Amino acid sequence: MNGKRITIFSGHYGSGKTNVALTYALSEREKGKKVAIADIDIVNPYFRTKDSEALLAERGIRLICSEYANTNIDIPALPQDIYAIVDDKSLTCILDVGGDERGALALGRIAPAIREENDYDMIFVANRYRPLTATVEGAMEVLREIEAAAGLRFTAIVNNSNLGAETAAEDVLSSLAFGEALSEAAGLPLVATSVAEPLQAALSGRVAGLYPIRLQKHL
Amino acid sequence: MADKVLMKGNEAIAEAAILAGCRHYFGYPITPQTEIAAYMAKRMPKIGGTFLQAESEIAAINMVYGVSATGKRVMTSSSSPGISLKGEGISYLAGADLPALVVNVQRGGPGLGGIQPSQSDYFQATKGGAHGDFHMLVLAPASVQEMAELTVKGFDLADKYRMTAMILADGTMGQMMEPVSLDFAAGEPVEKPWAVTGTKMARPHNIVNSLFLKPEALEKTNFERFERYERIKETEVMYEEYMMEDAEICVVAFGIASRVSKNAINEARAQGIKVGLIRPITLWPFPEKAIAKAAEKCKKFISVELSMGQMIEDVRLAVNGKAPVTLCNRTGGMIPAPEQVLAAITDAAK
Repeated sequence: MNGKRITIFSGHYGSGKTNVALTYALSEREKGKKVAIADIDIVNPYFRTKDSEALLAERGIRLICSEYANTNIDIPALPQDIYAIVDDKSLTCILDVGGDERGALALGRIAPAIREENDYDMIFVANRYRPLTATVEGAMEVLREIEAAAGLRFTAIVNNSNLGAETAAEDVLSSLAFGEALSEAAGLPLVATSVAEPLQAALSGRVAGLYPIRLQKHL
Repeated sequence: MADKVLMKGNEAIAEAAILAGCRHYFGYPITPQTEIAAYMAKRMPKIGGTFLQAESEIAAINMVYGVSATGKRVMTSSSSPGISLKGEGISYLAGADLPALVVNVQRGGPGLGGIQPSQSDYFQATKGGAHGDFHMLVLAPASVQEMAELTVKGFDLADKYRMTAMILADGTMGQMMEPVSLDFAAGEPVEKPWAVTGTKMARPHNIVNSLFLKPEALEKTNFERFERYERIKETEVMYEEYMMEDAEICVVAFGIASRVSKNAINEARAQGIKVGLIRPITLWPFPEKAIAKAAEKCKKFISVELSMGQMIEDVRLAVNGKAPVTLCNRTGGMIPAPEQVLAAITDAAK
């Protein structure tokens, strides 16, 4: 997450990609950049970037998403303006990709242009409290499946280990070893440990690369 | 907290089924329950189980019939329109007295409806679900933890009474994520002397069938089955009471509606209104005795539902004319807000 023109957030579904991507988009916008956030989730019709449509509009962040997002039309549709991501080089683009390798398939269409331009980061968002990515082996399996489906290699890892609203500071602290072990197994830098904003104070100074994220309002 | 994991309700059902010894899952994708199938597709091959995406919902439920006849724990899952398709198979399971777990993560209807949550399959689930004289055990979870625990309970009850147990959830329960502890005991194995396991030339053939050549025999079987249902009504009713000790108004709600109702009840209590909640956990058998008992002191009842009012009929039967019963509802995929339920409570308190 070091200001590349395109930053892709991917991972196991339910890892918290959307919240991390949204927070990063807001911070890039605060630097004065022309920012777009692209929701190319073709898997999950719920809990989408579009839920934050009003906030994004207020901050002047362009939302690229399927016109069917948050409707009853449950089809794996890509946004009609998906090519803006690779064609409009004046945009700082944040991509929120659907979960697992099925979600990453959506990247395939623009992956060649992203590779050619070569000004991107692809972040693996990991949550060790999700059962299928609870171990380094499980997380590595998902990571490799996503890379194969996307046609792109990850460049960094964010440890977003959380138990939802019940997450305590201890839960974050006890996930740090997992984040480091995953980083070593993947040969990728651990660039942040993200926590919900209310936990920031309790963890400040105790976690390297602490990254407070804002949460979309869920039920 | 370290023993907990963060799961979607759908995933919790799938993992709990595996813990309960289920090694056969047959299904077909439909939002909002597809994560059950997706999870099984990942997990079953790793534990020597069978995941099969059938060519249709009808095929899937008949595969359930086949595996159940061999005595193995088996399940399928779908959402409202898919459950309608499974109806024939569910009736055949009942006719053959076969245990199975069927999950319905409801969405808005009728017809193709929409993908947002609903409770409008209550009639379908609790009054039979398809043709013929039968019932299913119907379990209504209200948290991701209960999605897991009632799945195990459902398998146990299904085996104990040789019938289908249905998890009647809604899209919210399926999609929401909450911490879950999966540290609970798996169910007790039940002897299944009726199962088709091969005679080894040592016993007569077991026959699993729902066809009866003589009406007298069919009638006898149906009477016996309904005697079993009476025993279930006596022993297997589950419900939660919340702030009912001194309640003058009783809210009845299950699943996501019960969570919304609790918020509204807390607010009403802060305003000095004596209101409580009866949350049915089993929708069949329905907690009619608990509601009848509440009707001895509560002056008003409110049924909160994500439907045009279906459970309210059972509430009225249980209240038996002793107090007015009103409906507080949204439908078509919409969820009542706590403010709407609070308004219904303050109205009732006037």
